[in-house]
Amino acid sequence: MQQLVNTLLGGLTLGMVYAAFALALVLIWRSTRIVNFAQAPMAMVTTFVALRIIEGGHSYWLGFAAALVAGLVLGAVVERVLIRPVEGKAEINAVILTLGLFIVLHALAAVVFGNRYRSFPAAFGIRGIEVGDTTIALTGFGIFTIVAVLVVMGLLVLLFRFTDLGLRMRAAAFNQEVARLLGVRVGRMLTLGWALASLVGSLAGLLIAGGSLVHPGYMDAVVVYGFVAAVLGGLDSPAGAVVGGLLLGLSLSLVSGYVGSQLVALAALAILMAVLLLRPQGLFSQARERRV
Amino acid sequence: MRRLLGQPLVLALLGAVVIIVVLTGVDDFRAVQLTQMAYLGIAAGGLTVLTGLNGQISLGHGALMAIGAYTTALLLQDDEPTLPLLAVLVVATVVTLVVGAAIGVAAARLHGPYLAGATLALAVAVPGIALYFGDTLGGEQGLRVRVPDPPGWLLDAAYFVTGQDLTPSTYVAFLGWFVLVVTYVGLAHLSRGRVGRRWRAVRDDEVAAEVAGIALGRARVSAFVVSAAAAGAAGFVMAVSVRLAAPSGYSLTLSLMLLTAVVLGGLGTLSGALVGAALLTFLPQVITDAGVSAGLDDIRAAELAPLVYGLVLVAVVLLAPAGLVGSLRLAWHRLRATTTSKGAT
Repeated sequence: MQQLVNTLLGGLTLGMVYAAFALALVLIWRSTRIVNFAQAPMAMVTTFVALRIIEGGHSYWLGFAAALVAGLVLGAVVERVLIRPVEGKAEINAVILTLGLFIVLHALAAVVFGNRYRSFPAAFGIRGIEVGDTTIALTGFGIFTIVAVLVVMGLLVLLFRFTDLGLRMRAAAFNQEVARLLGVRVGRMLTLGWALASLVGSLAGLLIAGGSLVHPGYMDAVVVYGFVAAVLGGLDSPAGAVVGGLLLGLSLSLVSGYVGSQLVALAALAILMAVLLLRPQGLFSQARERRV
Repeated sequence: MRRLLGQPLVLALLGAVVIIVVLTGVDDFRAVQLTQMAYLGIAAGGLTVLTGLNGQISLGHGALMAIGAYTTALLLQDDEPTLPLLAVLVVATVVTLVVGAAIGVAAARLHGPYLAGATLALAVAVPGIALYFGDTLGGEQGLRVRVPDPPGWLLDAAYFVTGQDLTPSTYVAFLGWFVLVVTYVGLAHLSRGRVGRRWRAVRDDEVAAEVAGIALGRARVSAFVVSAAAAGAAGFVMAVSVRLAAPSGYSLTLSLMLLTAVVLGGLGTLSGALVGAALLTFLPQVITDAGVSAGLDDIRAAELAPLVYGLVLVAVVLLAPAGLVGSLRLAWHRLRATTTSKGAT
């Protein structure tokens, strides 16, 4: 019983991170119909920025904020410089482009920051909280993770539902031509969408890194889990991404706890295939007709 | 004459002569490098047919190579081989083909980014299987591969033709390039014939292809199966060459390298895949040396090669979507078109 509770609590924390990462993928998919496979290395680079600042003797929170800002800027630059030329072209071009960016950022981080494992500090305790005389697997940092992701999601909902800017961003994502005719600066909205998504991705990177080890490849598996979570919820649906992330976090935690941690990626693959073959539009997305 | 030179079999015979001449003149180090080029070339050839001719992207070909390599390793555990090496090659290819068929059936229903994501998951997941079944698959250390000695008649024949003794590395290099030539002849015949036309039709316009009576699913699955078989053969050569099948050799990096090779060379052309494989094999040393002489330490300098590949990959997509070979070919056609039109006027 205690093991089950601990496994589920671990899955909850992990699921929140996957949810954030999936949300970043969904934001980009909605606006530009591109799956950003470079999301993980982008987040990794910003985590290293934070680590540099923290190791330079500054506070954790300064590094945290700097990483988020770096994510925002990186997302905007990537969209403006690299993605804009392939928008609306064949799907395969964007896929190869983001994978090229994946390789570039990976290698760049290894050249600049070195290829060894380094420990990343956590803002809060990483020991389990004691309830009575048993220790449960919910750490202070775990609670922070859950709260941080919830706050960011709340802010995104506020932005998209209740502000003029959010309305314009949704219009640009919904139908570029019509939005452009109505005076929306579609290009700027797409850049902003990428920037926001990259910020959310950076947050996920910081939360995974907290209290554990980082190296240039530490996020590689997460891009797979984030993608599976996003597809599980429906690539079009932000709420679906959150639910998908939580479901995936819980299931993978169960697999890791009861079967073996080596098979986690295989379980993710099995879930992905099951979803794609049984309900390709995901749990929450509206089915859309595709020719053939 | 031009027509004759364009035939895959004739090209293959010419290639075989070049291979024999080159491989007899090289030392063991170069032989190992050339074997690496061979297995990257075989897998890239399969991938370029899948991605270039059929429009399906796969980031999981490294994982398919792992299946071929582990099958090879499992069959070559004993000191006394139970099967001759060519039979092992056939088994490894067939096993990968069957796995590829299962994946291909699922993949045929996916497109673009979904397929990329699913195969990416495959590339990340497969090494975990080797870790989980550590007792039979050797875990992190992997399985050793015992390569049987070359048969006596081959040693005699090699000595007769080249006047040199066949070293183990050169033997494996010959084996790798033999597999490469056979694979490329097969792939070239398939892609020129009816099957290849169907693959291209499906890639270019699904609706038109279906109206013309092509079964979309069957065309997609067959392309994936052929491509997987090539990856399995490549896995065999890789296992025999490095004499080890370990998870670290078949990471996501390998899959991304293969994709880089086919994009660099130009999607859909076998010559492009071979050029890409050559670049991936020989360029890292040059770039790493340049990095060391520029003052980087060894570990960081080793990361410069992927950095260059990645940058070139991005540049190719943005500036020359036809790849290096494709772009050169386009430029050549344009040049010829202008000279002929000038001659006409």
